[in-house]
Amino acid sequence: MSDSAKYDVACTSSGVDRKGKFGSIGSAAKAGICHSFSADGRCISLLKVLLTNVCIYDCQYCINRVSNDTLRVAFTPQELAELTINFYRRNYIEGLFLSSGVIKSPNYTTEQLIKALELLRKVYNFNGYIHVKAIPGADSELITRLGLLADRMSVNIELPSQESLKLLAPNKTKESILRPMGLISAKIQENCTDLVKYRHASKFVPAGQSTQLIVGATPDTDHKILTLTEGLYRKYHLKRVFFSAYMPISENSLLPSRDTKPPLLREHRLYQADWLLRFYGFEAKELLDEQNPNFNLQVDPKCNWALNHLDIFPLEINKAPYEMLLRVPGIGVTSAQRILSARRNGALDFSGLKKIGVVLKRAQYFVTCKGKVLEGLKITSDGTIRSLMADQYKLPSQFPEQLSFFTEPLVKREDVQQCLTGQI
Amino acid sequence: MPDGTDIVYAYDGSFEGLMCCVFASYEFKEIPSLIRPPSDQQTLFDTAKWIETDEHKADRVYNSIPMKISSLAQDLVKLGFLTCVPNKELLILHFLRLGFKHGGKVMTMLTDDIVCSLQKAVQHLTSESHKFKGFVRFSVYGEVLVAVIEPKNYVLPLLSPHFCDRYRSERFMIYDKTHRMALIYQSKKAELISVDELTLPEIDSAEVEYRRLWKQFFKTIAIEDRINPRCQRTLMPKRYWGQMTELNEKDAFARWQVAETGTGTRLSGTEVCTRDPLSTYRISK
Ligand code: SF4
Repeated sequence: MSDSAKYDVACTSSGVDRKGKFGSIGSAAKAGICHSFSADGRCISLLKVLLTNVCIYDCQYCINRVSNDTLRVAFTPQELAELTINFYRRNYIEGLFLSSGVIKSPNYTTEQLIKALELLRKVYNFNGYIHVKAIPGADSELITRLGLLADRMSVNIELPSQESLKLLAPNKTKESILRPMGLISAKIQENCTDLVKYRHASKFVPAGQSTQLIVGATPDTDHKILTLTEGLYRKYHLKRVFFSAYMPISENSLLPSRDTKPPLLREHRLYQADWLLRFYGFEAKELLDEQNPNFNLQVDPKCNWALNHLDIFPLEINKAPYEMLLRVPGIGVTSAQRILSARRNGALDFSGLKKIGVVLKRAQYFVTCKGKVLEGLKITSDGTIRSLMADQYKLPSQFPEQLSFFTEPLVKREDVQQCLTGQI
Repeated sequence: MPDGTDIVYAYDGSFEGLMCCVFASYEFKEIPSLIRPPSDQQTLFDTAKWIETDEHKADRVYNSIPMKISSLAQDLVKLGFLTCVPNKELLILHFLRLGFKHGGKVMTMLTDDIVCSLQKAVQHLTSESHKFKGFVRFSVYGEVLVAVIEPKNYVLPLLSPHFCDRYRSERFMIYDKTHRMALIYQSKKAELISVDELTLPEIDSAEVEYRRLWKQFFKTIAIEDRINPRCQRTLMPKRYWGQMTELNEKDAFARWQVAETGTGTRLSGTEVCTRDPLSTYRISK
């Protein structure tokens, strides 16, 4: 079962901070807690399962689509609740991430989900984290009930454009996805005022909502995906947008061929850009435009931006404001904050920077300390910097995504850590 | 001020005791080259000065930290005492001397070796304790949950609020094998006690079953094409694996294959096959 859901695992049990209650089990910690790391290096924090993989819909990219001949199973709400509580007591997991195929009808499916969560919350007194996926097409009243039981709710957009949806997910429309999304967003806002009015109103998805986009199943560009992402953050106040590199599951003329490798590097770049939007004060249009609609696979998006704005560099470490420090390749939120507090006690030099933990590998080309560049550093032309900044990915020029990614570890350890800690 | 290599303090190993060493260092106007907890080996020609723990003196030092330096510095010192950095006592002494001299700004003197080392040690402690919030694995024995950990730093005091909050209505114990200490929580009260050895009873069949399910989930969740053991080890170093259900090789169940009971039925349409949760795990391809 988790096999079907495994393609979109991600680590995000963060966003709510709830204390334990007497007579109940569980709490939700604000800083995400990883309970384990799977063999591919991703954080495992939630029990990620489908209530059932039965589905009446026929989304082409999905292994559970009705036209696919596969083994069908389902949990009863009772089984699911027991499994969750037993994993939770053993501290295997931080909570539950529940989604489901559409069984009978969107409303029926939602009712089953509600039953499972009600058991968990009310019978087992489970007070831990629950992320549930809303089923597109379900009634507002049911979505509202579901939302009151969960910490986070998501509606997956999956395909970044209406055309792609029509082609690949014939039973879904932009409307059927955006309506629940709008509803959730409105409920959250309404709930905020309710909570002020009556202190005991129960919370509607306190950890907000998120969504997921599939990358590489359709010809949609990074520019389109990133602009959509930005719009979702602004318009629907989403907490997170997740990207998932498309893994071909079957031969289908509408989709990339079976032997296409998942565009992992592209997915990675999108996550990096997403961090830039959320924590570094960047806007989508600064990173990509119609002329350059896709990310440079050799250089991360922040570096790429810096290379296109060499005129504002080098920055003086002892003078640059926080927002500008954040734009230096290699300086992340933690480093920038440390620089701010350390320089209050006197001007910093390069050895001081190292001591407070700033990694200079990239930053050295973009900063000065007390007006000086790092000793021994000679840069002849912009081209040199560009090549120095390039990730050590060996990409043949023509089909960057076609080569086998697995002969050498292309996404390096540091990249994964960066992605987790957001230091880019 | 004598700052000789010959002055050694010995104390009882308590935090109060260390505060008294700080007191003594000011009182005798000297800086010891070593402050020794009782567990350390004595050398043959040991001339260590025994510093008696005196609550009154300890309080004076401890309470002066927020007044003369800052409450952040007080927290740092408290946490510093739980770290595994070699000669943490001396480091704390030097930090406090620096703090009493410079005041609150000592906390931002990040380029100073002493301040930097202490902050790093504390970061190591807090990051290790954060990891353990996830990596602790309980086994259920009757009504009691028991976990064993082998941390480098003394993380139990930091883990206590988290687990006591999470498992409020449970009874549990976390045993720290490295420091031979146990956090015991029952009837809504937590205690830290010293435990030399721990022998656990046999686990029951339900426990065996949930461990197996968890391992199965753990295996299934990994995307084969993306297997990256190096990355996995960076994020979760091997030294934690010994006590983690899903990674413990010594555990007989690791190699215990899931029995193929052949209950899987192929259904078409919207009919649903409902059975025990275990079978739902078997549907890997
Ligand atoms: S609705 Fe969901 S489960 Fe059903 S086919 Fe589409 S993506 Fe798959």
